[in-house]
Amino acid sequence: MNIFVLLKRTFDTEEKITIAKGAINEEGAEFIINPYDEYAVEEAIQLRDNHGGEVTVVTVGNEEAEKQLRTALAMGADKAVLINTEDDLESGDQFTTAKILAEYLKDKEADIILAGNVAIDSGSGQVGPRVADLLDIPYVTTITNLEISGETVTVVRDVEGDSETIETKLPVLVTAQQGLNEPRYPSLPGIMKAKKKPLEELELDDLDLDEDDVEAKTKVVEIFLPPTKEAGRVLEGELDAQVKELVNLLHKEAKVI
Amino acid sequence: MTYAPYFTEEHVQLRNMIRKFVEKEIAPFVDEWEEEGIFPRSVFTRMGELGLLGLHYPEEVGGQGGDYFSGMVLAEEINKCGCGGLPMAIAVQTDMATPPIFKFGTKDQHERFLKPAIQGKKIAAIGISEPNNGSDVMGIQTRAKRDGDEWVINGTKTFITNGTRADFVTLVTRTSEDPGPKGISLFIVETDRLGFSVGKKLDKVGMRSSDTAELIFDNVRVPHENLLGKEGHGFYQIMWQLQGERMIGAAGAIGGAEYAYEQALTYAKSREAFNQPIGNFQVIAHLLAEMKTEIEVCRELTYATAYRFSNGEVPSKEISITKLAAAQMGHWVADRALQIFGGNGYMAEYPIERAWRDSRLPRIGGGTDEIMKEIISKQIGL
Repeated sequence: MNIFVLLKRTFDTEEKITIAKGAINEEGAEFIINPYDEYAVEEAIQLRDNHGGEVTVVTVGNEEAEKQLRTALAMGADKAVLINTEDDLESGDQFTTAKILAEYLKDKEADIILAGNVAIDSGSGQVGPRVADLLDIPYVTTITNLEISGETVTVVRDVEGDSETIETKLPVLVTAQQGLNEPRYPSLPGIMKAKKKPLEELELDDLDLDEDDVEAKTKVVEIFLPPTKEAGRVLEGELDAQVKELVNLLHKEAKVI
Repeated sequence: MTYAPYFTEEHVQLRNMIRKFVEKEIAPFVDEWEEEGIFPRSVFTRMGELGLLGLHYPEEVGGQGGDYFSGMVLAEEINKCGCGGLPMAIAVQTDMATPPIFKFGTKDQHERFLKPAIQGKKIAAIGISEPNNGSDVMGIQTRAKRDGDEWVINGTKTFITNGTRADFVTLVTRTSEDPGPKGISLFIVETDRLGFSVGKKLDKVGMRSSDTAELIFDNVRVPHENLLGKEGHGFYQIMWQLQGERMIGAAGAIGGAEYAYEQALTYAKSREAFNQPIGNFQVIAHLLAEMKTEIEVCRELTYATAYRFSNGEVPSKEISITKLAAAQMGHWVADRALQIFGGNGYMAEYPIERAWRDSRLPRIGGGTDEIMKEIISKQIGL
């Protein structure tokens, strides 16, 4: 089985995030594999172990993303591909990334492509479905279970807490939701083997793409942190008076009633 | 960050992995395990499964084939879990009770003891201290007498980490009446043998998530195959073992100090007094600067000495200096961290009082401060 995983390097949202000049400050931020993509990597490795074949992890980014690719290789992926856009692109959006990935994947005869349901940084959840659309293959998002028998793919997907079972055929693209599996830790021998596994680096040229072909269709106008939470207020006095004050505040200050 | 010649990119990846493991599978449960005075056996099996109990052992004995510094990474990172007890129990398993088996043991002993310890299927303990003997290893009284193909062991060991539930003990005994080092031999003793018993679980000021016990050997018979290394060579073997114990103790002290320092730094930035964060006051800022300095000095010393140790040298003077400095620094840093936390630092709901209690042990375990100074003073010609 020819298995591909789309992976994104993101900052760790559990660490403190600061904004400088309208962008996330990368100084001092910790970078990780997008956690939803980690489920995709784990599922891909399990598929390979059960059905045979090969797992290739692909990312679009800069040289720094090599670390996250190596981690995926240490977990057990077979090959990695870094499509380095650092020199070619100043900015991009979901269209840019999807177009590049689709161009790379179009002649790879992938049986299944796995991605995260959403990236924890920009959180659009678009890249997976867009890639499937460009490749003209079916896709199922937010999956929590995956079974493949011959050409038949049975997927359970999370629908806002309920689940839905869907049957489709290979080739297919799926995006992973939390609960799909428990991603393994890379072992020390895995880490040591990973540095010897193939990691191919490509640029737009290698995919016969020009900057114009992948030019972003959207623009980030502003980026800001949510307002810091202010301390609550404790009302005091007679219960009747407190209720009156609360209603008054909800009406005049919070303007919710 | 990579740091030549000590840490490569692979060590960095390993560190990330261990950090994640500690955050997810250890730190959330530390309070509970400290309260219970022991952590579940499943921590050993889980860490065995993940290969974390055999990082620096070769693959032939079931290890991960990493170098000495991969074990240092584990010691540093696991000591940031929020307590010192569990990390100490793990260090006994990986770097105190098992290295002599790897180094002096037979193939059969590797199969029976080392492999299952690395897999986390058997818990290991090291038995040196006795009720009347700690620092003076040559004076120990636990006696093993040869009887045909067997040895009969009598005596008591105390302060034994993992003692209440160890599956085997790497045991220091006296095998001859001749005074001096030649009368000492090591054995590996399974704890399910007749005559072995756990006297009592010992209560202690810190390291509470780690169980400590007194062990009683009452005519315990072990086959000759359980003799570890050569008869009469035990003293040299255990002196070699102690070097590794001190190295890993130093690495652990640095991890623990870093934890206390980080906590104090965060607190100093957020805690306000006189309308500003207390970190703005020079008295606190300089204290943190000194703490950071002491940690880094000891870290560099530890890495430099560990580098020599990992290349086959046994620089006992430098190892003693490192262990003495790191253990004292660890307690000093925890004490200053507690001071920065003020009244909160003294309260159990903040993490510092535990760090303070736990940091007291490295100045005693693995050879006291005083023994370190004895070794150093002999080596500088006194």
